[in-house]
Amino acid sequence: MAIQPNPVTDPGIDAVDKNVQIKGQRLWVDALTRIIKSKTSLIGLCIILLLIITAIFAPIIATHSTTDQSIVNRYQPPSSEHILGTDELGRDIFSRIVYGTRISIQIGVISVGISLVIGVLLGGLAGYFGRWVDQIIMRIIDIMMAFPSILLAIALVAVLGKSLTNAMIAVGLVGIPQFARIVRATVLSVKETEYIEAARSIGAKHRRILFQHVLPNSLAPIIVQATLGIGTAILDAAGLSFLGLGAQPPTPEWGAMLSDGRAALQTAPWVVAFPGLAIFLVVLGFNLFGDGLRDALDPRLKR
Amino acid sequence: MSALLEVKDIKKHFPIKNDAVFSREKRVLKAVDGISFSVKKGETLGLVGESGCGKSTAGRVMLKLLEPTSGEIYFKGENITNFRGEKLRKLRREMQLIFQDPYASLNPRKSIEKIISEPMKIFNIPREEREKRLDYLLEVVGLSAYHKQRYPHEFSGGQRQRIGIARSLALDPELVICDEPVSALDVSIQAQVINLMEDLQAEFDLTYVFIAHDLSVVHHISDRVAVMYLGELVEIGDAQEVYRDPKHPYTQALLSAVPQVNPNEEKQRIILKGDLPSPQNPPSGCKFHTRCPFAEEICRTSKPSLRKASENGVMAACHFVKEVVEA
Repeated sequence: MAIQPNPVTDPGIDAVDKNVQIKGQRLWVDALTRIIKSKTSLIGLCIILLLIITAIFAPIIATHSTTDQSIVNRYQPPSSEHILGTDELGRDIFSRIVYGTRISIQIGVISVGISLVIGVLLGGLAGYFGRWVDQIIMRIIDIMMAFPSILLAIALVAVLGKSLTNAMIAVGLVGIPQFARIVRATVLSVKETEYIEAARSIGAKHRRILFQHVLPNSLAPIIVQATLGIGTAILDAAGLSFLGLGAQPPTPEWGAMLSDGRAALQTAPWVVAFPGLAIFLVVLGFNLFGDGLRDALDPRLKR
Repeated sequence: MSALLEVKDIKKHFPIKNDAVFSREKRVLKAVDGISFSVKKGETLGLVGESGCGKSTAGRVMLKLLEPTSGEIYFKGENITNFRGEKLRKLRREMQLIFQDPYASLNPRKSIEKIISEPMKIFNIPREEREKRLDYLLEVVGLSAYHKQRYPHEFSGGQRQRIGIARSLALDPELVICDEPVSALDVSIQAQVINLMEDLQAEFDLTYVFIAHDLSVVHHISDRVAVMYLGELVEIGDAQEVYRDPKHPYTQALLSAVPQVNPNEEKQRIILKGDLPSPQNPPSGCKFHTRCPFAEEICRTSKPSLRKASENGVMAACHFVKEVVEA
């Protein structure tokens, strides 16, 4: 005997149809509206977009080669020929900064990628399984956090050998604790929800619960941390390059440019001023945007 | 008919974290403190009691979502108390849970299609069969096929509960434990969902353990009721009989609180004094003696056990219920 489909239709069914286009993207749509409404995060977003555009169209924007030297033209102040002046080898600083955005974005994305993958995995495992797994992972994280991050990065590069790739790896590893802690905290709260219990009650395995139910619902703080982390990573990598442990000459990396120019700080301040300004601007952009994103994704602020 | 599910003296005690770091004293919260009953195939057992009496905990222990502190659980005659890992996972196919809060029990990042097919995916049911079953389930719970791609936040509470019900039926279980499935819904929607659940019981040959604090709902849907107080059973028996002639003073007080349909009918309302005692520090003897209007000395010192209180097998745990001796 087959029963009729339930004859009582829910009166809410028609109301649902009006929202067809919204789908599951609501959270992100809301967040974007709130970011655009907030001035500071909009400024951050603009800086990031400018950075990305500069990186993509670097060959068009740059006025000179980044490596061509001209001893005659060394330490030229900003002029119409060299907008931001030249460095001690007569290279055009503007072009080097423009190409440097490519390297900075690369550093930001790759290092944060490393910390994100490892950090989310460790934090997720610690938060989800708890008990001794949590204890072991979080104590290791505590040890990592006990070192000043730049010092730990220097130590790692010293072990790995100095190169831009190794600097990115070092900065990535140093960023792991931040991610692990944030993810662990979020997972702890998400795993207590009823839909996680529902997943357990339908016989889902741990891997499925963690990757399909817990982590997708812990995304918002991870994204915020990633955005803020890119700024920090660029800054850390610039620090390493400044110490000569990151990008090697003649790579137009901002930190390395600072380092090269510091000898002439008194006579040709533009050599260090402009790469420094570039670092400042980019880190500021990511921080403003990250802060805005954190506010925008905070469910408690929903109006 | 044989018992589909039987629990024997199950207890669930939660340890309470101590503030003092070096204190050795261990306190426990006795959420469920020794309950035994059985559920026959095809019947509906209503489990009632006030908030915090351990109903939901009992339900989760039966499903082994929580490990019992002690006691035994039998499902289809098999002792499942110590089932773990893969064995327990296989068992999940046959026993399912419907949740109280339809807003919290659906993963907000998954579409309805994914939510309902997930159990089938976990148990490796082929794709075609999954899709067929999905359409069928949507139809029987009163949703349309075009709802598949939607996300939970687009639905009303009643619709979400239908989605939750469809999910729990995806694997064609035998036993469904309903943890206050309608208490979060509007009264008008409650009736729809209750009717739906009754239809589904007939269609899928389901056995329900229906946990609720709403006595009228339980009366309507249950064949038998079990009344809990502070983690213990105080009365269990045929629903009609318990509602007509409650034996235990607690059941009497509970039922006297149900609103009457006939305004002319005289009814004596029994008002209980005081609050529910803390399950961390339950009263001695009969746990109900602190609030019982009939309590005497014996209730403070000695704990009554469930005894047969009527010809039809209603059991009550009270010193002053006359035991019916079988001839």
